[in-house]
Amino acid sequence: MIFAIEVAIGGLLVGVMYSLVALGFVLIYKSSGVFNFAQGDMTLLAALALVGFLTIFPLWLAILAALVLMIALAIAIEAIVLRPLVARPPLALFMATIGLGFFLQGIGQGIWGTDPKGLDIGISDIPFKIKGLLISQFDLAGGALAGGLVFALVWFFQKSRTGRALRAVSDDHEAALSVGIPLRRAWAISWAIAGLVALVAGIMWGSRLGVQFSLSLIALKALPILILGGIDSIPGAIIAGLVVGASENLAEVFLGPYVGGGIQTFFPYLLALVVLWFKPYGMFGREIIERV
Amino acid sequence: MGRCKNTGVAFLLLILVFGFTFPPNPGQAQEQYVPCLIYRTGPFAPGGSGVGGGWEDYMELINMKGGVNGIKYKYEECETAYDTARGVECYERVKPKNPAYIHPMSTGITYALLDRSVRDKIPLVFMGYGRADASDGQVFPWAFTFPTNYWSQNTAKIKFIAQQMGGMDKLKGLKIANLHIDIPYGQETRPLLEKMSKMYGFEVRHFPVPWPGIDQKAQWMDIVRRYNADWVINRNWGVSCTVPLREAARLGFPRDRIVGVWWCGSEEDVLPAGPAAKGYYSANFNGVGQDFPVIQEIIEKVYGAGKGNLSITRVGTVFYNRGVVTGIAMDEAIRTAHKKFGVKPVTGEEMRWALENLNITEERIKEIGAEGLMPPIKTSWKDHEGGGWVRFQQWDGQKWVPVGAWVAPMREFVREEVEKSAAKYAKEKGITPRTSEALK
Repeated sequence: MIFAIEVAIGGLLVGVMYSLVALGFVLIYKSSGVFNFAQGDMTLLAALALVGFLTIFPLWLAILAALVLMIALAIAIEAIVLRPLVARPPLALFMATIGLGFFLQGIGQGIWGTDPKGLDIGISDIPFKIKGLLISQFDLAGGALAGGLVFALVWFFQKSRTGRALRAVSDDHEAALSVGIPLRRAWAISWAIAGLVALVAGIMWGSRLGVQFSLSLIALKALPILILGGIDSIPGAIIAGLVVGASENLAEVFLGPYVGGGIQTFFPYLLALVVLWFKPYGMFGREIIERV
Repeated sequence: MGRCKNTGVAFLLLILVFGFTFPPNPGQAQEQYVPCLIYRTGPFAPGGSGVGGGWEDYMELINMKGGVNGIKYKYEECETAYDTARGVECYERVKPKNPAYIHPMSTGITYALLDRSVRDKIPLVFMGYGRADASDGQVFPWAFTFPTNYWSQNTAKIKFIAQQMGGMDKLKGLKIANLHIDIPYGQETRPLLEKMSKMYGFEVRHFPVPWPGIDQKAQWMDIVRRYNADWVINRNWGVSCTVPLREAARLGFPRDRIVGVWWCGSEEDVLPAGPAAKGYYSANFNGVGQDFPVIQEIIEKVYGAGKGNLSITRVGTVFYNRGVVTGIAMDEAIRTAHKKFGVKPVTGEEMRWALENLNITEERIKEIGAEGLMPPIKTSWKDHEGGGWVRFQQWDGQKWVPVGAWVAPMREFVREEVEKSAAKYAKEKGITPRTSEALK
């Protein structure tokens, strides 16, 4: 029993780390209605930049410099990629983010190279024992950070004037423009926030795996979370992250041996399909009613 | 304006006329074309660029020394990004240029090219990757796996584990976890390990890791907390090689009880894991470091002239040196072909003969300046593996340190399995295995 609890807790903690990546997708979608295919690449770029700046600055200054870079990137994306696509179909914006992803990969590789790099942010990875349960300190720190970020973002989108403006932009670009919401600023802000989330995810995942090209692949882990939680729900991302993390771990350990193992990637998708059957917009996704 | 236009047309006509009239300069140096299917981009770029860079640097060194018997290499990169479809496209693109051989540099691309290479009569050389049963030249006349294959490596690993435990008899009752990426490359050694577990009385359980293997928490909890493994085999690739080291440290599993496949035994695999990697063992089939005369020569001549194909900081690393060994082996094969067919650019068919008659002795290795960098290789028409020697190394926190001497695989056992598997493949594909009569 203790083993099962340990497996579940381990899954919940890693699930929160997945949520960090999923949050980036949600933020962009929530504020601009775009599914940002480049989110994984933004995470990689942020982590690469941080490691690059660490060779010059101390940790806090390197984080700040990486954040400034991500904000500058957001402004550039708005000006160069998104602005020409105002009022175009969402599919055009989606395609643009695919291209953007490749571009960011190339830029990151060109500047910082392809060698994997270690990233030590000073959080111990030695687990501690509570009543026979092994709990990772690093994962706990990651969970706390992600939790804090979610609370801050929920407040921002629900309570702040800018947050509400971003939600309006997500609903309808042109309608938002017609009531005086500056679309360019709104997009730049939402991409900058997604850049911040990418940086946090890059720091946490980079410390776990090392900063290497494969960081861009963690976006794959975010997809079932988005389906489960709803692509436009911030609390949905965190709750679905917990569900995905715990369920994939438990499935791998307890069901895996009966079916040959290696089911932890496929299982969350199965779960997502079941949820979609009953809730087509995900557990917390907003139901969109369109007039025909 | 009109005059300029007329002059331009006349100039073009002159080029066309002289271009078609004059034969190529007979004194022009001949070149041996070598396509390099490489991946300098994507998640596996450290491996692709490392091996590719070392291989190209060795060819550059030979060029700087006047070429192979006077014939210079003309190497050309084709970026695959470790993507099978792109690899096949690269193959089709370079094929019309009559390459003497192809290194697919990926197990997936190797599988995709096996039939094509037979049809096109181009030897496919996959050093330390691809399918192990291709070591059987009777069924795979155009495929070469030297200096060793995955099955030889696994028998050497079991011998290594036994050595660490105090003898082959100590294997009895041991629990070995085979943690592998869940793709054909990862699955390839499962049957062999199962057979060996029956032979030596140890227990083996497989823990597949779904691609790309970023998170292995569930597998490691199972391995350490429920299965209580004594040893873990780390058979992954790229980031999935690094993750086990962090997870093992987190659960307090000793790193000197993990032994990795040679594709999980590079600096790029351990450095991102930081102190968690200290003590970890891995297999290898080449030496590490810059203390080899041939590597020193590359640094001095190739990098001294600014002609290196990789950052100099990576010269001497595991992947880089593996690339140099690739370059040496292929260069020796071309020299073998020259002895038989004369000094000229070698064709695919001539290269196959050379690859089946390759004999890189210890004396020759010393002469090249690669003593300790590579094992001797001796192939035949039947045996395309050529020795199967494996080496082990341990990460001391800063660098890889060789552990013991080169380990011989369980040759008879491996050969038996190779032939059985190749025969099954031949039956499936309707291939009639070659006999010695066919060579006459």
